[in-house]
Amino acid sequence: MKLLVCISKAPDTTTKIAFTENNTKFNETGVQFIINPYDEWYALVRALELKESLGGTVTVINVGKSDSEQIIRKALALGADDAIRIDAEPKDAMQVASAISNYAKDKNFDIILTGKETIDYNGGIVGGMIAELLDLPYVALASKLDVDGSNLKIERELEGVKETVSLATPCVISAQKGMAEARIPNMRGILASKSKPVTVIEDNTQPKVIVKNFALPPAKTGCKMIDPENVEQLADLLHNEAKVI
Amino acid sequence: MILVLSELYNGKLKKVAHETAAYAGKMGETVAIAFGNANAGELEKLGGYGITKVIHIADPKLNNLFSKAYTKIITQTADKIGADTIVLSHDSTGKAIAPRIAVKMGATLFPGVNGLPENNILRKAVFSGKAFADLEMTGGKTVITLTPNSYKAISDGKTAGVEVQNADIQDSDFDYTIVSVEEEGGGHVPLPEAEIVVSGGRGLKGPENWGMIEDLANVLGAATACSRPVADIGWRPHHEHVGQTGITIKPTLYVAIGISGAIQHLAGVNQSKVIVVINKDPEAPFFKAADYGIVGDAFDVVPKLTEAIKKIKA
Repeated sequence: MKLLVCISKAPDTTTKIAFTENNTKFNETGVQFIINPYDEWYALVRALELKESLGGTVTVINVGKSDSEQIIRKALALGADDAIRIDAEPKDAMQVASAISNYAKDKNFDIILTGKETIDYNGGIVGGMIAELLDLPYVALASKLDVDGSNLKIERELEGVKETVSLATPCVISAQKGMAEARIPNMRGILASKSKPVTVIEDNTQPKVIVKNFALPPAKTGCKMIDPENVEQLADLLHNEAKVI
Repeated sequence: MILVLSELYNGKLKKVAHETAAYAGKMGETVAIAFGNANAGELEKLGGYGITKVIHIADPKLNNLFSKAYTKIITQTADKIGADTIVLSHDSTGKAIAPRIAVKMGATLFPGVNGLPENNILRKAVFSGKAFADLEMTGGKTVITLTPNSYKAISDGKTAGVEVQNADIQDSDFDYTIVSVEEEGGGHVPLPEAEIVVSGGRGLKGPENWGMIEDLANVLGAATACSRPVADIGWRPHHEHVGQTGITIKPTLYVAIGISGAIQHLAGVNQSKVIVVINKDPEAPFFKAADYGIVGDAFDVVPKLTEAIKKIKA
């Protein structure tokens, strides 16, 4: 199988979020960047598992400037065969999806995988845009992906419902929790990653969505503590003060 | 003109269908579209949100989500009625089809917004709920997906006319087959739509102790959730995991029991209107993000709380 996994650079999950330049820019000072967890833990690891059991190749693709190098090397250390970096500052989903589609359209990938969303922008839309741009079937929010003869068998999570879907390749799939377990690169993988090819290509697609500014949620004004011997008071406060029950 | 997708489940309008209809109706003249089987009188209810007409594509094949077929029908309908704005829910359906619709229409997509545009600005949560971004609407065709539980649907009781139409779709528009459908969560409210969520963490010591979480959830009519470690060790199913790498929720009431409140967990729940934390560790960081707190043993406090709420509800 020929697999393409889209990876995005995201701030580590423990990052405290702050902004600079009049709340127009994410403050990257001291921020540790990682592969977006959904892209790595689920999409990439499952792609590697499929390659290990069925043969084939796993290519990772990232839209980013040279500061993406570190996350690309990690993907290669985990076992991806090669990487494509589209040399552009990723600003919105349409730009990223167009750039990836422009690259992938004539490469005959069997499956294009993305994470279900990035943990910074939380759009969850790049996979669907790639599918439409390339006119491919799209299954979003997949929590399981198996190869079943010549077809793929996918479980997807809808609200309160789990569906099992069968489809032929080529297709686009967005991955979420359940599809695989996170891996840690081993020493051999890390050494091998240094000699794996990373191809840098250009793409001039422009973003459509403009972020005017950012804001932080208002801080809580303080927690009202209730005596554990007087739990009825909590029920009363939720009913009469907060009016939520 | 606005076109809103009104999602159905088992013939009834989903909660998000009410929310998106009310949202779109407030923005301007809106036509709704619904797919598959609908109970008699159900679609008319959309008139209560200012919807002028409901287009019902009653083909039972459309009871399930097919991203290509849905996209085709919605974009064809938008063309026909001259709609330049499409509104959907930011749920599993919206996430599957909004990006396809936006590409097909050449529209700008604003995913997961929190409210109506103000001065051409749409606000969405970013960094998994740790912050907001204000997105500029610059004109042209627009697709908006509305985060569940972000807009209150209040009906004025009016009804809308429903027009049954056939869609111009072929077998090739159904590009996958659905092998099976399994209900999860025992028929409870789906987590992203729930007004009240009761959530348990490692402090509960084991999956056998979830009975008291469920008891409390039952008296509150709440959905149940859990922290990441609890899902990872298999005490609870993955689809209950709320937090930065699980589901982000924004209920009116979130009750966290035996959860310390790591930054990743807070990211998934800090848009809740009211947060209650029950934890035996007074230093648990969650208290800083809470509105009401009890420092105490969950095994003692939770059954008492359930009883107290039962009395209020009685």
